[in-house]
Amino acid sequence: MRIEIPEIAVVALIGASGSGKSTFAKAHFKPTEVLSSDYFRALISDDENNQKVTSEAFDTLYYVANKRLESGLMTVIDATNVQKEARASVLNLAKEQDCHAVVIVLDIPEEICRERNEKRPGRNFDGRVISRQTRQLRQSIKSLRREGFRYVFVLTSEEEATNAEIVRMPLWNNKRNETGPFDIIGDIHGCYDELVELLSKLGYAVNADNFTAKPPERRKAVFLGDFCDRGPKNVEVLRLVMNMVCAGDAWCVAGNHDAKLLKNLKGASVQLTHGLDKTVEQLAAESEEFVTSVRNFLDGLISHYVFDDGKLVVAHAGLREKYQGRGSGRVRDFCLYGDTTGEIDEYGLPVRLSWADDYRGQARVVYGHTPVPEVQTVNNTVCIDTGCVFGGRLTSYRYPEKEIVQVDAKHEYCVPVRPVLDKPIEPDDLLNIDDVLGQQFLNTRLRHSIKISAESSAAALEIMSRFAADPHWLIYLPPTMSPCETSKVPEYLEYPTEAFDYYKTRGIGKAVCEHKHMGSRAVIVLCKNADIAAKRFGVDDGSSGILYTRTGRHFFDDVQTETAILARLQKVLTASRFWDDFNTGWVCLDTELMPWSAKAQKLLEEQYAPVGRAGRSGLALAVDAIERAAKTLDGKSVDAETRPGQKTDLIELLERYKKRQETLSLYTDAYRRYCWSVEKLEDYRIAPFHILATEGGTWCSENHIWHMETIAKYMAGIDPIFMPTNHLLVDLLDENSVAAGIRWWEALTISGGEGMVVKPYDFIATKGADLLQPAIKCRGREYLRIIYGPEYTLGGNMERLKQRSLSKKRNLALNEFALSMESLERFVRGEPLFRVHECVFGLLALESEPVDPRL
Amino acid sequence: MLLTITYTGKNTADLGYLLHKNPYRPQTFELNHGKAYVFYPEVSDERTTVALLLDIDPVDLARGKAGLKSGGLFDYVNDRPYVSSSLMSTAISKVFGTAMTGRADEHQALSDSPLDLTASIAMLPCRSEQNMLNRIFEPLGYQVSYETFVSDERFPGWGESKYVNLTIKGNVRLRDLLKHIYVLIPVFDRQKHYWIGEDEVEKLLRNGRDWLSSHPEKAYIADRYLKHLRPLVNMASSGLATADLDAGGVVLTSEAAEETREKKPNLNARRLESVVAALKDCGVRSIIDIGCGDGGLLNLLIKERQFTRMSGVDVSPAALQRASERLRLDHAGDSLLERVKLFQGSLTYKDSRFEGYDAACVIEVIEHLDILRLAAFERVLFEYAKPAVIVMTTPNQEYNAKYQNLHDGDLRHIDHRFEWTRAEFRKWAAETAKKSGYAVQFSEIGDADETLGAPTQMGVFTRCV
Repeated sequence: MRIEIPEIAVVALIGASGSGKSTFAKAHFKPTEVLSSDYFRALISDDENNQKVTSEAFDTLYYVANKRLESGLMTVIDATNVQKEARASVLNLAKEQDCHAVVIVLDIPEEICRERNEKRPGRNFDGRVISRQTRQLRQSIKSLRREGFRYVFVLTSEEEATNAEIVRMPLWNNKRNETGPFDIIGDIHGCYDELVELLSKLGYAVNADNFTAKPPERRKAVFLGDFCDRGPKNVEVLRLVMNMVCAGDAWCVAGNHDAKLLKNLKGASVQLTHGLDKTVEQLAAESEEFVTSVRNFLDGLISHYVFDDGKLVVAHAGLREKYQGRGSGRVRDFCLYGDTTGEIDEYGLPVRLSWADDYRGQARVVYGHTPVPEVQTVNNTVCIDTGCVFGGRLTSYRYPEKEIVQVDAKHEYCVPVRPVLDKPIEPDDLLNIDDVLGQQFLNTRLRHSIKISAESSAAALEIMSRFAADPHWLIYLPPTMSPCETSKVPEYLEYPTEAFDYYKTRGIGKAVCEHKHMGSRAVIVLCKNADIAAKRFGVDDGSSGILYTRTGRHFFDDVQTETAILARLQKVLTASRFWDDFNTGWVCLDTELMPWSAKAQKLLEEQYAPVGRAGRSGLALAVDAIERAAKTLDGKSVDAETRPGQKTDLIELLERYKKRQETLSLYTDAYRRYCWSVEKLEDYRIAPFHILATEGGTWCSENHIWHMETIAKYMAGIDPIFMPTNHLLVDLLDENSVAAGIRWWEALTISGGEGMVVKPYDFIATKGADLLQPAIKCRGREYLRIIYGPEYTLGGNMERLKQRSLSKKRNLALNEFALSMESLERFVRGEPLFRVHECVFGLLALESEPVDPRL
Repeated sequence: MLLTITYTGKNTADLGYLLHKNPYRPQTFELNHGKAYVFYPEVSDERTTVALLLDIDPVDLARGKAGLKSGGLFDYVNDRPYVSSSLMSTAISKVFGTAMTGRADEHQALSDSPLDLTASIAMLPCRSEQNMLNRIFEPLGYQVSYETFVSDERFPGWGESKYVNLTIKGNVRLRDLLKHIYVLIPVFDRQKHYWIGEDEVEKLLRNGRDWLSSHPEKAYIADRYLKHLRPLVNMASSGLATADLDAGGVVLTSEAAEETREKKPNLNARRLESVVAALKDCGVRSIIDIGCGDGGLLNLLIKERQFTRMSGVDVSPAALQRASERLRLDHAGDSLLERVKLFQGSLTYKDSRFEGYDAACVIEVIEHLDILRLAAFERVLFEYAKPAVIVMTTPNQEYNAKYQNLHDGDLRHIDHRFEWTRAEFRKWAAETAKKSGYAVQFSEIGDADETLGAPTQMGVFTRCV
């Protein structure tokens, strides 16, 4: 016997004890597909015959069954299932999981069951049990369909059971092998003329009088339902669509109007409202034969299709991720009517929830049903019902091209009950906690899956919620940067050789050294005007840009300074024709903002200055005391009596304290160099060093010399606030060039400069499949005093500090770099906010992981 | 960093006997994080000065020996090597331990007599108001003088540093002087103490017993001395009859910090009472406290039997931890655990866990949000969670005029992003209510000023459908 069952289904085996259910299951299903009640009894009580734990065993079994079906896996319930109540649970499970329920009955003669049971160890059933089960089973067989099983198979002998062949059939909606290309067409509602025009525009060979249309090579049309009602030529539309489907040139899903028409054609009483009256009237003039064919056609329409290996889903009113590729009444209803609350709105239409706002699925969902003034893309969903019958347009969405092809309605054929909004509905991009909290795995182009731990997410949530700016602005956070390997030169902790070697040994031929400005990192996102900010970023507070810190906080606490600086940058970019040359309305820049004291004021006042003050004054007093003591002691020492460990040479001590005093003064010089007081806007300096993205793309495919030169050309020299960055191209294979690089760094740092950043020539550098550090910092000897302490160069301090490990920092830098690029790329691709935000959030979370902060 | 003690009078070189340190023999002592040196900058019959100089190893200190938490960015850039902190106290007890007991063998009579002594403590970090130096040392019989320093002479705008060179002068026994300095240095410095172990409490008791109990500032002293040594406070309180030891060790929470500015110790209590009363009036049974902080409100709610289910939400994992401790959820039985839940959430992220409660409380929370983020918060609460009742409180900005320590435009708490006048709050609340199908009623909490209103304002929103 050939048993055809849907590929996703819950299969209940029915049979008395000893009827051979487990043997049957074993022969026809994978071991993991079969959930046997005996097995679950054993799991929780160590005894598969323990009837006392039946209830708990079934709880566990159903828990597992639910998990399997959620993942779309075939599940077989191996229990007697002879009672109606037991089968009700199976049906419930199927309903809950939106899949079909199948029964396979093993109606095996009672004697055989009894015989088998007697042979099984540990099972000494009363013979009456099997008789009762057999009786119950026989009674059940007739009512199985009535109970709700769509697929019922009865096997009446052992032979039949052994010879049965189970065939798994794809669901009707599974058209994963159909890869298109497709022309998906929205709600037509009898607008035949517009349909003909649209198909012609799409390159179909249309014969309007014969109601045929032939698609161009390899393409197929996909109709999203609602062919009739309200419009002028319902019958014509039906003819054309039916012909195309019949010829294999089109796919077609059902709409709510089609379902209602079908009811009417089947003779059920339905209200002739919402334009159905027109269709019914027009059909009345047609032949009975045609009407029958329409009825059959509509009856055969299914609710949705999953195309192209699951990458495309079409349904009349859209479809949630969990319903895709499933079959149930609930799924069908969703496809036809969308997500309705059951309430009725002021126009008497069901209130629709915006399922698309919550959509997080991988498949692109193209749907119609809800008339919108413009094609509306929310998350990964596209609504293309542009209200043709209401005088809007008939729209086609070309897949995979993502192109929109439209024709205007020739008339307003019908006045909508609910006014079609005259401006596009704002997609609801309110962020959802589920997108960020808990352990996350983020897929990035550069580094595949990056794990964010639950603890880090929790920490990031606090920072993001309490301090960060509006997430709409945050399309990028700068990745952390690793220093170079610790230097082998005795008096240096960091020296350029190691930075150059990092790239050279990884096959990089050229490096770009950039002066490391000692300021604070600032990311600038700037639009040409507030309109673009509202449109492109969804920020509608009237601002046209933002300047934010590496943790996503507004750089300036007062709005005036931020606005004023951004306005000046707008002027600069306008003057240099940046907007035109880059054909963009916005730009995202990575910059350094100086002075350091602008952001680090508190740090300076509470940390750096006090340490310097205490050190200078304290050591001066100490030196004075030692000097006086040395004088007092002169010649009178009674050293001989001192124990060796306590022996103290005041002259030596004096020298040491004088050296300490010197380092404190160097330290104070070091931090002072990065401080100047800001009284007016012109006292700020901003040095952009990456043009990260503009409309349409990121600029990470351009090398760092391009960035330096383009910034110099478009942003520097116009307004003193915006300055270029000194840089040097180093040929890593040329010793002289490398030596020049080292000299360049020495010149920068000897006067107290922070140092330099060494970058591979290309923005994104790899060695084989491995991503390389996007930048390595090499900090100056004096500068490092404010990191490792004033006296880090003295005595044994340097040797101890040289023992540091970079591996964690480096891995972090790579993960953060991958996330930072990913968020930008997602933003320029126009992906929804939550997709951009999860990368930004993930980067912030990584920043909360403990790494030596001095690196 | 440096302590000097000068003895003036006759035969002052005898100071060496009392200290058990020969004036002509400089000595070195090993400490936990470095060394201490003892030497004499001046020795004469009339005037002898001893110096105790610390040589703290900054790298060693930063890398942390024995149980110190390390890993902060500033452990290396640290003032500890240059100041007189608790490390100085530790050194005093190590180097001058015998002198502190007063044992002086053949010079016992001298040791037992008050002498003219002057002590200079270099670079004492003094976080307290500087008049505390007088209030602490004068009752002990000292003349007090001190020198202060600007933070950085290059940047006068950065103000005075917290360091003082303190000189105290008095006619006291050497052992008492040492004990006073030993106990009082850490009192002025608010930084973490680099000592560990229970013996420190014992040392406080031992070195403070004679004089501390009659000191007018004894509570202040004990409190500060044991600050950051939370587990030790209880031990000390049984040994020292000082008042309110508890208050010192608690990390200031935002509420508490705010309280200090609001100067109304009972305002928070009254606020919470009003909220509980409002909830009772509405007859709600399940409540979600959004921005629950340390669980102050939840702690009241669990005592009311009509509230059958409540959840506390905060964005800060640390706050939730404190709330859990306050409510003792770690040791709670099933019935309490079923009634009370705590979880992390944010006001600006849509969250299905916020749904299904009769009431939501948002107490002193919205002012911690950037005003531009309020729109997201409105939607999260009023559009998605939409409980039947929402109780919200926020400071009344007008009332700030009553706080003398608040200057024009100052906010009550460092993390407040805005504070609203009554009109501003009412306008926002009325608009939000209207947009989302709620009605709202206002009331005030705290003693009301005729024109300025009460310190806190409350809005109770009820859903219309």
